Amino acid sequence: MRLYEYIELVFTDYTLRTITLGTAVLGAICGMLGSFAVLRKQSLLGDAISHAALPGIAIAFLITETKNSNAFLLGALISGLIGSFWIRGIITKTKLKSDTALGLILSLFFGFGMLLLTYIQKMPNANQAGLENYLFGQAATLLASDVWMMAIITGICFCVLLLFWKELKLSVFDADYAKTLGFNTQFLDILITAFIVIAIVLGLQTVGVVLMSAMLLAPAAAARQWTNSLAIMITLAAIFGATSGVVGTAISATHEHLSTGPVIVLIAAVFVGISFIASPSRGLLFREIRFRKNRNDLQLHKTLSFMYNIAKDHEDITHPHAIKILNNFQGFTKRSLQKLEDKNYVSIQGTMWSLTPEGYQTAANLYNQLSHINDE
Amino acid sequence: MSRKIAVQIDDLTVAYNYKPVLWDIDLSIPEGVLMAIVGPNGAGKSTLIKSILDIIKPIAGSVKIYGKPYKKQRALVAYVPQKGSVDWDFPTTAFDVVMMGTYGSLGWIKRPGQKEKKAALEALEKVGMLSFRNRQISQLSGGQQQRVFLARALVQNAAIYFMDEPFQGVDATTEKAIINILKALRKAGKTVIVVHHDLQTVPEYFDWVTFLNVKKIATGPVKDIFNDDNLTKTYGINYKVALNQHPSP
Ligand SMILES: Nc1ncnc2c1ncn2[C@@H]1O[C@H](COP(=O)(O)OP(=O)(O)OP(=O)(O)O)[C@@H](O)[C@H]1O
Ligand SMILES: [Mg+2]
Repeated sequence: MRLYEYIELVFTDYTLRTITLGTAVLGAICGMLGSFAVLRKQSLLGDAISHAALPGIAIAFLITETKNSNAFLLGALISGLIGSFWIRGIITKTKLKSDTALGLILSLFFGFGMLLLTYIQKMPNANQAGLENYLFGQAATLLASDVWMMAIITGICFCVLLLFWKELKLSVFDADYAKTLGFNTQFLDILITAFIVIAIVLGLQTVGVVLMSAMLLAPAAAARQWTNSLAIMITLAAIFGATSGVVGTAISATHEHLSTGPVIVLIAAVFVGISFIASPSRGLLFREIRFRKNRNDLQLHKTLSFMYNIAKDHEDITHPHAIKILNNFQGFTKRSLQKLEDKNYVSIQGTMWSLTPEGYQTAANLYNQLSHINDE
Repeated sequence: MSRKIAVQIDDLTVAYNYKPVLWDIDLSIPEGVLMAIVGPNGAGKSTLIKSILDIIKPIAGSVKIYGKPYKKQRALVAYVPQKGSVDWDFPTTAFDVVMMGTYGSLGWIKRPGQKEKKAALEALEKVGMLSFRNRQISQLSGGQQQRVFLARALVQNAAIYFMDEPFQGVDATTEKAIINILKALRKAGKTVIVVHHDLQTVPEYFDWVTFLNVKKIATGPVKDIFNDDNLTKTYGINYKVALNQHPSP
């Protein structure tokens, strides 16, 4: 299928449009809130909460005995919140490290959820089909009402972030200081954690328990690479998340047997990969390029200042010297001499070199700078 | 001396998980002093400051700032945390961090305006960091980060300043610059309380000193109580190692 045909389909096909919008909104809210999880170094939190939501879904089914995604959502929300507050409680009340607490809650709740799931599977209730979809998600089950719900909650989340922007920024950066200024950091902490729980619960139907934390973290981790501003980071994370949703949906819709959730997460992972390699300030690629360039510049400077030391003892600074005398000098290569000539710092006549006035001046400046640094 | 008391601490006891870190501290800090808190690593210096600022809840005891609990006197107090207590890779600029010093007087939700921006720029200027204002904080050196923290506290325009090791990792020039700022604060009538590690410079920099090692060993004017006796009580018999001096024969 051609790209424009697909785009046309998105606008005409009701189901596809619903799924595309749903995954886009989901990606956006996950990106926004994932930024906070990443900056608060709570990468495991998403995992713990999504796994903690599973028993809630199972219990909701046991109570209602029907497949009702709103009831499931509520169940997931309640058990996700219980899980996250137990984690907080364990961390503040005991000496356990936070990753221990997270791992503990994760396996406890997930184990309990799986237990309930196997029990439900044995029940003679035809409606039971579909519960295991929450493990890996099934975007096809998204309804327009689900998407509306996601959109409204994303809107609320966006407004809350705007409203408490400075407080959230401060408390994530320096919670103790925020406390001394009189801000209730516990409230802010609960606020952001509650929204993270909500985002995760919203995503369970689409992406599933197992991959949900990747959905939360990947766009934010990718966005962090491109900027040094919190606002831009969160915006970028939302854009990366939404794009992953749209592209992932497109790929899985146009290929047989590719479920949407995992494809979306893979696209998000591609964003992470590209960002870690190619970002200008933090990426590996540019770091290597910068490193090489710096090293080359330094080598040139070393050669130039060596020449300067030779030339400055002569009355005529452009007096020619043999290239041979540079050979024992460590910064020197044929290439660097060539580069110095290209820059018009030296001129070469046969086996002799001489500094140009321009080169002499540059070297003198370098020399002064260096000795100045040493003075300090 | 009939000086006003800026900070009054009575019977303060603090513990993390049952292990007492501060034991029954009584301390009154007069207004207008430049005071060093000295003591070995783990003595509870940071904890003392944190409990004064209500970051940590003590098991017992009370802290009064000009006669009232801290909660009522926030506007009078500024804080420079230990530099290592935050993640310097956080995506923000030096200017932004200094702006945080204005958040307290703004209160919830209200956004900083021109007045706050001007104050932040002035504070950056005072610590000689104006040209670094748009620099990402992870790209500042340790000493520059320390100065940004100092500027953030200066913006608070407080009466009492608490600083946790503001000289940590700064070079001699920066240290002089910072101490000059602190002395200027004292001259303006402010009270400045500094956790300090370099015992040699205590007499030169400070006029008041508190020796702390879980218990309060001594507190008072440097010229009266900064002596071998108190140093030994605080640091043990080998304190002279910390002074970088050889014991006299
Ligand atoms: N969050 C914490 N949980 C448990 N114990 C802690 C905590 N913070 C500090 N402690 C312990 O409390 C004691 C005092 O710590 P504090 O940080 O106040 O010491 P300090 O005098 O500031 O030391 P330093 O010179 O190293 O900064 C130490 O023994 C430390 O191990
Ligand atoms: Mg300390």
